[in-house]
Amino acid sequence: MSFDELLPLIFIGLMGVSLLVYVVSDGYDLGVGMLMHRATPEERDTMVASIGPFWDANETWLVLGVGLLLVAFPKAHGLVLSELYLPTTLMLVGLILRGAAFDFRVKAKADRKVMWDRLFIAGSMLASVCQGWMLGRYVSGFGEGWNYPIFAGAIAIALPMAYALLGATWLVMKTDGPLQDKAIEWSKIAWPPMVLGLILISMATPWISESVRVRWFTLPAIIAVASIPITTGIALLAVRLLLGSPAARGGLCWLPFALLVLVFFLSFLGLSYSIYPFVVIDRLTVWQAASSPESLKIILIGVSITLPVIIAYTGFSYRVFRGKTIELDYA
Amino acid sequence: MDAVFLARMQFAANITFHILFPSISIALGWVLLFFRVKHLRATDPQQKLEWLRAYRLWTKVFALTFALGVVSGVTMSFQFGTNWPGYMERVGNIAGPLLGYEVLTAFFLEAGFLGVMLFGHRRVGEMVHLGATFLVAFGTLMSAFWILALNSWMQTPAGYEIVDGQFHARSWLEIIFNPSFPYRLVHMVLASALTCAFLMIGISAWQLLKGVATASASRVLRTGLIFAALAAPAQMVAGDFHGLNTLKHQPQKIAAVEGIWETTRGAPLLLFAIPDDAARTNRFEWGIPKLASLILRHDPDGELKGLNEFPSAHPPVLPLFWSFRIMVGTGILMLLVSWIGLWRHWRDGWDFAKMPRPMLGIFAGMTFAGWVATIAGWYVTEIGRQPFIVSGLIRTADVASRVPSSSIAVTFAIYVAVYLALLAAYVGVLKYMAETADKKSYASASTDLAGDPQEYQRRGEFA
Repeated sequence: MSFDELLPLIFIGLMGVSLLVYVVSDGYDLGVGMLMHRATPEERDTMVASIGPFWDANETWLVLGVGLLLVAFPKAHGLVLSELYLPTTLMLVGLILRGAAFDFRVKAKADRKVMWDRLFIAGSMLASVCQGWMLGRYVSGFGEGWNYPIFAGAIAIALPMAYALLGATWLVMKTDGPLQDKAIEWSKIAWPPMVLGLILISMATPWISESVRVRWFTLPAIIAVASIPITTGIALLAVRLLLGSPAARGGLCWLPFALLVLVFFLSFLGLSYSIYPFVVIDRLTVWQAASSPESLKIILIGVSITLPVIIAYTGFSYRVFRGKTIELDYA
Repeated sequence: MDAVFLARMQFAANITFHILFPSISIALGWVLLFFRVKHLRATDPQQKLEWLRAYRLWTKVFALTFALGVVSGVTMSFQFGTNWPGYMERVGNIAGPLLGYEVLTAFFLEAGFLGVMLFGHRRVGEMVHLGATFLVAFGTLMSAFWILALNSWMQTPAGYEIVDGQFHARSWLEIIFNPSFPYRLVHMVLASALTCAFLMIGISAWQLLKGVATASASRVLRTGLIFAALAAPAQMVAGDFHGLNTLKHQPQKIAAVEGIWETTRGAPLLLFAIPDDAARTNRFEWGIPKLASLILRHDPDGELKGLNEFPSAHPPVLPLFWSFRIMVGTGILMLLVSWIGLWRHWRDGWDFAKMPRPMLGIFAGMTFAGWVATIAGWYVTEIGRQPFIVSGLIRTADVASRVPSSSIAVTFAIYVAVYLALLAAYVGVLKYMAETADKKSYASASTDLAGDPQEYQRRGEFA
């Protein structure tokens, strides 16, 4: 394979990783946003403070992911976003509302705070549900028929549950005292539907797409790739066991969150394996959709230089705000 | 309604809403750095506190402004594809890398350091915090650099070649530094400086009028006045150069701006007219003879091309003609107000207590003058590019979305409703933040200060 043929693969990898980082990082802050409807006003302040320094940068990964789709695979970008026109708009409205509410809630008059909190919660839910729906439509190759909306609808419920679990374990890690106890309870509540959703999707995807079925359930591939669902299952069980043990309140409070990140990573691997080498299942391969090699090379230079720097300063920011959350203050 | 028209309206609504916030934050980041440095270098504890108060209030304004800029910017990154899919399919090889570099070198930089800048002061050292503030300001400027490079390329394309209908890059230096880019970049950065300066002037004047000002409001007001008094004349010069550049590369845009239908020697500068696209003439013309030729050709008898030389390929005249006059009119007003205000302030012995209340009222009334001028200016340049999306090469109608017009109409209505509500909330919260006295003791932030911070001494005189 020549370098020019390799370029689209590098870019689909970069795009996938950007979207994975987005789903994990904005996932936990969307999850925290959704969980706020179960919290007291004081707890809400702590919850917002736990994501305050990060959410801006988290959302930037979405811009990078969609940007790379736009830049590297313009034909797929037009196709995907035309198919997902309305859910994309609603997701954006959700993201706009929560981003704005995040800043307004502490700066507006005190009696407006409840309203902004509601908008923050509603925006988080709307964005998560829309992302689930979009994922469902995308994975099923935008198929037509009675079963497709049900499939997309199921993911539109499962993904917010996954975000809620991720958000709850984030709070287990970043808070202590009564809020941490609550977060452990929330995690326990969100765990069964998330696991159920993951199992359903894993079963339904091969049912709904023949190419996925062929890919997973033929020998000898099945032996090699079986490790993905097995590891995922072990990680999810470990999360549930940890939540029931006192260790989740102490030194291992970071572990449920870390294990869930692993689950997201493995699900991403499984999904990539199902879809490859298509950008849009059964319709466009990465090579058909890619931009010219000259443009991809120009961007690749930029990515190779800036991405390590971006990772470094993102790490720096997480290090600055490590440990349990304290009150945010513009000082 | 026509899908192309709706897609244009929706995109226009989005970029109009978006540009409000960068037009403040591009300059405000640097102003915050200035406040912070002033605070650190002040030796008098009272002064130190005043600069800190200024920094803290305006950091809140920055945080709010930045957040709205981010969310509307995220929306825009999707709308390139949803509204103009054909655009990326044809010029993706050129627009893509420019947008990609914007995200990689600017968007991430500002978003990555924003958390440390806003909330990290107690957790990192002073120099690290200053560094974070600098990087956020720098990132915002870089963002403007890349976006304006792309926008200018669409106005004055260069450095490309067309192979089978697809655009390919020939020279990236020519693409980035295309003929109109330097002018547009300077014009936009100065527009941001003026927008930010008048926001500072307006809000501080409002605080003085309402009697809620602390001494730091005077410092902010003075900074804003000096900033505006320097930026306004610079903007006039930059705008003139930008206009001459446009005349050279997009004469049809200038013809529409000046309302010139037939190619004329010694064209008048029209102060009022109602251009009529259908009849291809102006009604109720009123202008100064030969002045347009003098300004644009530096010769009272210079020749200016008329719109009739560009049949079916010139922009709509009425919106351009009036947007331009609103922009220039607001610009002149900003120049006058900043100069007269500063002169008056100097005569008062640098004491705002002596500033007449009507003058403060004018300041407060012009809080958002920068927005008016910036938006009017963007309408001139963007509507002036029509009917093309890439000037002279690709028509907007050819790259529009294939989404049914009813979907576009519904989403357009949703966006407009959300944007109007957020805009009202933004202005309301700015007013509320300005009026709420900062009661924090700053015990942790400025341990070297003795005693309680003092209220603005002269508030009684304004009550």
